[in-house]
Amino acid sequence: MSTQCLTNKKVLTKGNYAIAQAAVLAGCQCYFGYPITPQSEIGEFMSGKMQELNRGYVSAESELAAINMVIGAVSTGVKAMTSSSSCAVSLMQEALSYATTDELPVVLVSVMRGGPGLGNIYPSQGDYFQVTKGGGNGDYNLIVLAPSTVQECVDLTYKAFYLAQKYRNPTVLLADGLLGQMMEPVEFYDYPYPEIDTSDWALTGAKGRKSRIIRSYGPLAEDRCVFLEKLFQKYKVIEENEVEWEEINTDDADIVLVSFGSTSRNVKTAMKKLREKGIKAGFFRPITLYPFPNKRLAELSRKTKKFVTVEVNMGQMVNDVKLAVNGNCPVELIHKGVGAPPSADEIVLKIEELL
Amino acid sequence: MATQVFKLPDSLKGDVKYSFCPGCDHGVAVRLVAEVLDELGIRENTILAASIGCSVTLYDFIDVDSLEAPHGRALAEATGIKRAKPDKIVFTYQGDGDFASIGLAESMHAALRGENLTAICINNTTYGMTGGQLGPTTLLGQVTTTSPTGRNVEYYGYPIKIAEHIALCDGTAFSARVSLDTVANIRKAKQAIKKAFEVQIKGLGFGFVEILSTCPTNWKMSPQKAHERVRNEMMPVFKPGIYKDVTLQN
Repeated sequence: MSTQCLTNKKVLTKGNYAIAQAAVLAGCQCYFGYPITPQSEIGEFMSGKMQELNRGYVSAESELAAINMVIGAVSTGVKAMTSSSSCAVSLMQEALSYATTDELPVVLVSVMRGGPGLGNIYPSQGDYFQVTKGGGNGDYNLIVLAPSTVQECVDLTYKAFYLAQKYRNPTVLLADGLLGQMMEPVEFYDYPYPEIDTSDWALTGAKGRKSRIIRSYGPLAEDRCVFLEKLFQKYKVIEENEVEWEEINTDDADIVLVSFGSTSRNVKTAMKKLREKGIKAGFFRPITLYPFPNKRLAELSRKTKKFVTVEVNMGQMVNDVKLAVNGNCPVELIHKGVGAPPSADEIVLKIEELL
Repeated sequence: MATQVFKLPDSLKGDVKYSFCPGCDHGVAVRLVAEVLDELGIRENTILAASIGCSVTLYDFIDVDSLEAPHGRALAEATGIKRAKPDKIVFTYQGDGDFASIGLAESMHAALRGENLTAICINNTTYGMTGGQLGPTTLLGQVTTTSPTGRNVEYYGYPIKIAEHIALCDGTAFSARVSLDTVANIRKAKQAIKKAFEVQIKGLGFGFVEILSTCPTNWKMSPQKAHERVRNEMMPVFKPGIYKDVTLQN
């Protein structure tokens, strides 16, 4: 393991190390975590680096503790994070629900493995629902960013810290075991976003001002309605400003392939192979899973003939594509329950069967 | 010339309605914490990690920056605050259910890590806010809404002696159990709370005070009878005393 990564040169590194190093460069002041495959390298890297930089690191007693330590740290205005995977992210759902209502900039890196339950350590996209629909109680949204390359693990880790603080909302970097464990050349660079002023809400001790309370308790129904309306106004702003996606060859496409994360790489190749065969295929990759690119998919649904989502799960994002398309054209699913994504050739074959 | 001999501590908000039941010892405990913050001059540098249960309302009364933790996670959130801002004084105020049942892992590990934190735990042998169910400190034989014929070992096992367990953790600097049933004991309790903050200020490790408390509403007793119960039934099992004090060992 290289810990001498604080360089601006291009280096060959694993997704997990890329995420960890980007977090350090983003100014993450505290890391709290509990080991789970396939993301343990993040905590291993952080244990050395944070101590070296005199920042905070705790090997937490559980994922429950880890995510709540993050809440504690970010409540003081600093950047902090935890990382975990699937069944252990399940343990964090209560705290994520609290953090949305506390309006705290928690950053969680979720490196998906196979489920349900203990599942296995193969790559998977089975936690799309977990992060976009919420496993915690009540009405809330997490901002969710889905990288598809190790370079994007860096780019979107920076962005996760920025968006979390900008909107004071928990933000998830949703990677998977494939991205976490694969090596690719990446370039690190200085944190590209402006630092957010947290002084008007952070807990720093009530010196020269009134004391502050950060809480999720809302005993009166009427007050709670007002708060929830305000919270969802914020989500509206996020939906208007922060949707991000990649789109190729959709202008004349008869069929648009929709995919996110590591799976989208083979889907992109499949789209090119279909084009070579004379099939007018397009490629669409949501980068933000929340906010989801509903509007753009709706626009495309008025000119293309069919959508096909490709996912390594039993069909999760396909539901959001259907909602966005709203019956304008058929939406099909190509999927695999767990493991490495289907190859480009497998995808091409299945598409040809669908046509 | 007139001299003021008694006043509301500066660390208490003056303009609030106190919501604790009549005769509940929470009110006395909150006042003691506020007096200690005043005397140590740390109010403006202190952050509370609040808990769930009757103790959650502390942030309505105490005039410090506060973060509300989910049930049992106060010492995890306190750890996060302290690691982010080591120069701040950070404390929790929890019930026995929060500290020693759902939050036992967080509590014990904060002590084992020797976090420079102060934790105050109100032990009233029941879950007060939810209406008096059996908790981790419910005494053998005690009738609660979920032990209708009294706590028996066969069904419920034994109550936990929190202060003794915390004292066994190597990272603990101070662990004591106190009561609020007499003026003399209230004075001792204040000294213990002060010590639990002082060890944090000196960076000696985890400071802990378990406070034996009444719950007249759920015990269905008058405040006076409730204090008699503290003396006659709780204190023989949960013996008051200082179980660890590293400042004396040196």
